[in-house]
Amino acid sequence: MHNDDQQTEPQGFIKRFLALPSDSVPKTIFVAVSVCLVASMVVSAAAVALRPAQVVNALKDKQINILQVAGIYDPDVDVVEAFAAFEPHVLELATGEFTDRFDPVTFDDRAAADDPEISRALSDDPAGIGRQANYVTVYLLRDDAGDLERVIMPIHGYGLWSTLYGFIALEANGNDIYGLQFYEHAETPGLGAEVDNPRWRALWSGAKLRDDDGELQITVAKTAPPAGEEFHIDALAGATLTSVGVDNLIKFWMGDAGYAPFLEKIQAGGV
Amino acid sequence: MAHKRREMLTDPLVDNNPITLQVLGICSALAVTSSMQVALVMTIAVTLVTGFSSMFISMIRNHIPSSIRIIVQMVIIASLVIVVDQVLKAYAFEISKTLSVFVGLIITNCIVMGRAEAFAMKNPPIDSFIDGVGNGLGYGLILMLVGFIRELFGSGSLFGVTILETVNNGGWYVPNGMLLLPPSAFFIIGLIIWAFRAWKPAQVEEREYKIQSVEAH
Repeated sequence: MHNDDQQTEPQGFIKRFLALPSDSVPKTIFVAVSVCLVASMVVSAAAVALRPAQVVNALKDKQINILQVAGIYDPDVDVVEAFAAFEPHVLELATGEFTDRFDPVTFDDRAAADDPEISRALSDDPAGIGRQANYVTVYLLRDDAGDLERVIMPIHGYGLWSTLYGFIALEANGNDIYGLQFYEHAETPGLGAEVDNPRWRALWSGAKLRDDDGELQITVAKTAPPAGEEFHIDALAGATLTSVGVDNLIKFWMGDAGYAPFLEKIQAGGV
Repeated sequence: MAHKRREMLTDPLVDNNPITLQVLGICSALAVTSSMQVALVMTIAVTLVTGFSSMFISMIRNHIPSSIRIIVQMVIIASLVIVVDQVLKAYAFEISKTLSVFVGLIITNCIVMGRAEAFAMKNPPIDSFIDGVGNGLGYGLILMLVGFIRELFGSGSLFGVTILETVNNGGWYVPNGMLLLPPSAFFIIGLIIWAFRAWKPAQVEEREYKIQSVEAH
């Protein structure tokens, strides 16, 4: 009888399984395998078919944030078109020089921090980021005459619950802040998440990083630092640890381990 | 028959609501109700997943071996949830960022599993679909109610549109910060259950035991 079964055609094969009592061992295996097959085909079809739209969305989201922090976001203008105003570069942090080693359009800052070839583990890590990439993508905005107008740099660091990812925009002198914006975080709604509040973000505009002696003075705190009010960003009410996190990450990224060599180069007019 | 089906759709809204009567799906009801927009997307996602998973499970119900039935149900539910998640990432990126892990957690939503096991395993596909959609909507109704209260008094807005100008933005309204945190949904859901049971006393459960008075010796 067993030999006869093997000679049946495929349709009869499936029908024979369906006719088995549901609790028999062959039927159990048959149902498990076929449900898994169908389910995995549906899932992979959805993932593959929707991938292009998802990549476009993620890129657009990042570009909108860069446009917003640079102060040139206009919801009516096509994002890709508006984004063409920027001049992206991959920057080597240690030297402050642009590198041609990577294509700035495809370079992935977040993935770079996990690539042992081009990142390093931090021993002194106030921003709580663990590993820092040796290269980052920065965006230059030039005026019509080709002079540097603003520079936009990615920053990130740990707050209370989450790593905050954002961008800081500096004026052409490399010392005045134009704006700061986080595009991804999971801080407490209503408290730490007020880092997204436009009124708080507006405090950053016009603040200065360094005093005349070149000392990094920018501080996020309840009261102004001794250096003066122009280096002070008021801390968020009820969100002490998020504010401390932002304070740490801004000092880290603007300091020697971060963009300091690049900022010196901007101040010398070398960009 | 038509009458029975309409009842299957409306019954879970109040009379047999999955959250207030069956007390299922509480976890995600706490997490996604701080704004109405997110609650609405979650409602649609759960309704679709409950409806279609019940339908598919019902279609193969006579062939599911009882020894692996939960896993078969899970595979179907999980696949649908992944598809919903992928669609959201492709067409509603902003909202999928806010919902983040909670879309994935629809898989573990007791309502979906509960309807699959309690209804879809014993009833034909169309009835199961209607039952799933009805329960998804019952879940959504509570989500929207809780979201309305939390967003209006927690952030002074509805669907992101400012209704009460908050102090942080230069207005007069001091928002109730607790309403933005998940535990507040417990209180609101509790109050809704109380209101439903005051309105429909049939929902009040019998006490499982009675405290008896003991005569003094």
